[in-house]
Amino acid sequence: MKKFILDLTVTSNALIHENYALLKLTHHDPLPDMLPGQFAEIRIDGSPATFLRRPISIHNVDREANEVWFLVQVAGEGTRHLAQKKAGETLNAVLPLGNTFTMPAPLSGQVLLAGGGVGVAPLLYLGRHLKENGFVPTFLLGARSRKDLLQLAEFERYGKVHATTEDGSFGEKGYVTQHSLLKENSFSRIYACGPKPMMASVARYAQQHDTECEVSLENKMACGIGACLCCVENTTEGHLCVCKDGPVFNIKKLLWQI
Amino acid sequence: MADLNVNIGKLKLKNPVMTASGTFGYGEEFSDFMDLSRLGGFIVKGTTLHKREGNPYPRMAETPSGMLNAVGLQNKGVDYFIHEIYPRIKDTGTNIIVNVSGSSIDDYVQAAGLINELDKIPAIELNISCPNVKQGGMAFGVSAKGASEVVKAVRAVYGKTLIVKLSPNVTDITEIAQAAEDAGADSVSLINTLLGMAIDAETRRPLLSTITGGLSGAAVKPIALRMVWQVANKIKIPVIGLGGIMNWKDAVEFILAGATAVQIGTANFIDPAVTLKVIDGINAYLDRHNFSSVSDIRGALIL
Repeated sequence: MKKFILDLTVTSNALIHENYALLKLTHHDPLPDMLPGQFAEIRIDGSPATFLRRPISIHNVDREANEVWFLVQVAGEGTRHLAQKKAGETLNAVLPLGNTFTMPAPLSGQVLLAGGGVGVAPLLYLGRHLKENGFVPTFLLGARSRKDLLQLAEFERYGKVHATTEDGSFGEKGYVTQHSLLKENSFSRIYACGPKPMMASVARYAQQHDTECEVSLENKMACGIGACLCCVENTTEGHLCVCKDGPVFNIKKLLWQI
Repeated sequence: MADLNVNIGKLKLKNPVMTASGTFGYGEEFSDFMDLSRLGGFIVKGTTLHKREGNPYPRMAETPSGMLNAVGLQNKGVDYFIHEIYPRIKDTGTNIIVNVSGSSIDDYVQAAGLINELDKIPAIELNISCPNVKQGGMAFGVSAKGASEVVKAVRAVYGKTLIVKLSPNVTDITEIAQAAEDAGADSVSLINTLLGMAIDAETRRPLLSTITGGLSGAAVKPIALRMVWQVANKIKIPVIGLGGIMNWKDAVEFILAGATAVQIGTANFIDPAVTLKVIDGINAYLDRHNFSSVSDIRGALIL
């Protein structure tokens, strides 16, 4: 897929949680094709502490509004800068980068999209894509507490949403892999994105149930296009770039202890 | 339109702007963003005789106005380059230079000898300055004797333009540059990364798996500029300047300090099309100051 360097205009930027902003960007021309799982490298101007671009997953693409959405977790100075951008301001993005999730075989049964924390970001666009291709995605979203579950109404547009919270304030109490959904159902394919222990736990479940499973990684990266070889993950094929060969990997390719 | 042509040994560049090894992949990664044939040349990823997996993750840490890397020369070896990559990139329409690294003189000699056979590779850049490999690499580049030995040995088997990439992690870089010139190098490029370190105070751990790594980016520019100036004043062969060049103005400063050509490295990560802006910016600068050729400003620092 052809990659572009674009000056995008902020259409809206809302702090939807104390640590998360929902950033929507547009362009004067139709936005390029983007696939679920892909990301953008967004330039942060004006601070020596934010020298490199920030890789941010594509959260949703709204073709009618010609908007691309990013769910930004405020984790440091760069993401704080993104969260403070105002409507009408410009952000320079390189996109679309990376690979995509593998689509399930037609009529292959239920697909599960498991997300934790900011890892829910790429699952919205994936869910939308699955629904538009005739699948009925099941979302399983985990968070610390009710207030940390993000974009629930958006997820509900594309599939059935289940949740776990660590404090039991919403959905079932515990971690995503403890949800009763997993005991009562079988899935033809699982997609997971979130903190590494959560993804490893989902991967373990998938392995035990002989289910195809893909995870989306977020190793620290510089270039985003496979040039610098900084973001490598150790795989059955040696060191692969998360930015170019990923961020989506089948768990069979990873050398995780799961 | 000023004359941007420059020569490095027998190598003719349509303009003085190249990309630095390890920051531009094999060029292909950037072809969506730019017409690669506009470059003076590009230097492909450090290539070794045998495949190398490089260092474990994490290999990168962002630092103020720069970054540390500890990639450790990950590459699939010279045979893979010759059979898989070279056929794909050889007709790009610009000078393609292979950065060659090794852990013994024999490794360098063998790899250089194999690359010497490739028609469309007019030059190699001998990397005697990688700070991220335990054996060799920088070991040759931190003494005049080591530099001299490896350059002489490669010179004996390599007939095209031989550029030697120098390490800044030395007491006196001009001594190493002199040794490279005396051993038969056609040019030197400098600087490779500066050895640095980053720590996470909260976890009390280093940010790189290798603890130390190479610093690059805007932060290193004043050091690079000083070293280019010192070396250009000492030796007769052309100097290629690099280290923290982020825009055309930085590039002009290196040429004023005595560089014949420049390489853009880390800036490619921030703007994948930066090199074209640097070429256009140098040209506009020359026009604005009524210089007819980029050679007119080489070493033209007013003291």
